[in-house]
Amino acid sequence: MIAVENLSWSAGTFQLRDVSFTVPTGAYGVLMGRTGTGKTSLVEMICGLRRITAGRILIGRRDVSQEPPGRRRIGYVPQDGALFPTMTVREQIGFAPRRQQMAVGERDKLVEELAAATGVAHLLDRKPGGLSGGERQRIALARALAARPEVLLLDEPLAALDEETHGEMMALLKATQQRHGLTVLHVTHHRQEAETLAEVILRLENGVVVATERR
Amino acid sequence: MKGHDRGFWGSLAVIAGVLALFLLALLGSTAAHSSWSHLGKALVAPEILYSVKLSLFTCTVAAVGSVLFAVPIGYLLSRTTFRGRALLDAMFDIPIVLPPMVMGLCLLVFFQTPVAQAMEQWVRFTYQIAGVVLAQFIIAVAFAIRIMKQTFDHLSARPEEVAMTLGCTRWQAFHSVTLPSARRGMAAAFSVAWARSLGEFGPVLVFAGATRMKTEVLPTTVWLELSVGNLEAAVAVSLLLVIMAMAVLLVLRAIGEGGKLS
Repeated sequence: MIAVENLSWSAGTFQLRDVSFTVPTGAYGVLMGRTGTGKTSLVEMICGLRRITAGRILIGRRDVSQEPPGRRRIGYVPQDGALFPTMTVREQIGFAPRRQQMAVGERDKLVEELAAATGVAHLLDRKPGGLSGGERQRIALARALAARPEVLLLDEPLAALDEETHGEMMALLKATQQRHGLTVLHVTHHRQEAETLAEVILRLENGVVVATERR
Repeated sequence: MKGHDRGFWGSLAVIAGVLALFLLALLGSTAAHSSWSHLGKALVAPEILYSVKLSLFTCTVAAVGSVLFAVPIGYLLSRTTFRGRALLDAMFDIPIVLPPMVMGLCLLVFFQTPVAQAMEQWVRFTYQIAGVVLAQFIIAVAFAIRIMKQTFDHLSARPEEVAMTLGCTRWQAFHSVTLPSARRGMAAAFSVAWARSLGEFGPVLVFAGATRMKTEVLPTTVWLELSVGNLEAAVAVSLLLVIMAMAVLLVLRAIGEGGKLS
């Protein structure tokens, strides 16, 4: 479960106030809103990358509001993938398991499994330079899953993809969520993405979540 | 190239060509004024040999120190906003905008204060080799900071943030993700700091003096040789300076390109 309770935050003149919503355990939530409504900021607050001024954030039943990002058990996939520029794909996917001090054999097995599941097994020894947008997003997804997160936060992960890759990625995201039983919060401003993927649709307008729609 | 673009690119090429030719003419005429025998003689003179070794040592220490300061300062200026940041940013440019001789004078005056005098109980700077390093460092670090700030400005903060969600502390994310990505910038900062230190004269002269076989670096040698009317030796040492600077810059550029390719 991802629960945001009475969350407030401001930066300059921009404000989010009393934002509350819940994405139930195992559900695929889609957060919609126009550009500049604070969707990315909200995701960053759930990740722990921005400090909230009031309210609570719960992952599962844990209040993570004061936890550092690395302890929140969140898999984060930003818009451009944000791959690590100097690491091979293998190193990127193995990054979190290495931090968690997973045994080398187990880590290698996990990396290969995730690479195969996301369709990037043939890219394991490549570095990010020259990879396509779709490949980058698949790698970013595998890297996030390797941390064995409780929830997955996807910040406009399909925004820069062509139509064909867009369709493939949507299928991959849905399949991944179902296979791992993950709670997902997916940010987008595309109605079609929301209609295809969402079990819960949230709309952010003028600094507040104005509607929650369960399907 | 389309016909209507030819005039545009042609005029740019002319401007670049004029400057490149002028620089080549400067270096060519200096080289023509010297000879291999003058260069050979200069290289065996013990004072000049000492000055070469001291220059290599002090420039390297000053450049390493510059990078060590420039990386955290450049990162701080690039990634944070706080009250007084613009002022701090401008302050680090002071060594760039001040005449170098004035920086040397500032160092000299500062080392007359009680705080600096107390420091000199531990390490002597004024008219010492440590003073040469400090005089070179104080100018070079300003250039290194500019380069590192630009480097971090061009690196997205996002991968570092992702690393933090994957279990890193901020320090670990900086160390394992950002720093390796900034290595070309670090190489550039090092090479500019090194080259700048190699050519530093004013502050070294004022703060560390021009004592032969003690605080004499290559630009000091040029000045000392000129001051006794030994133009051949001055030109030979100048040529040596040019060759050393070019060699180091080419090696560092090659390392930088290697980093890019890997």
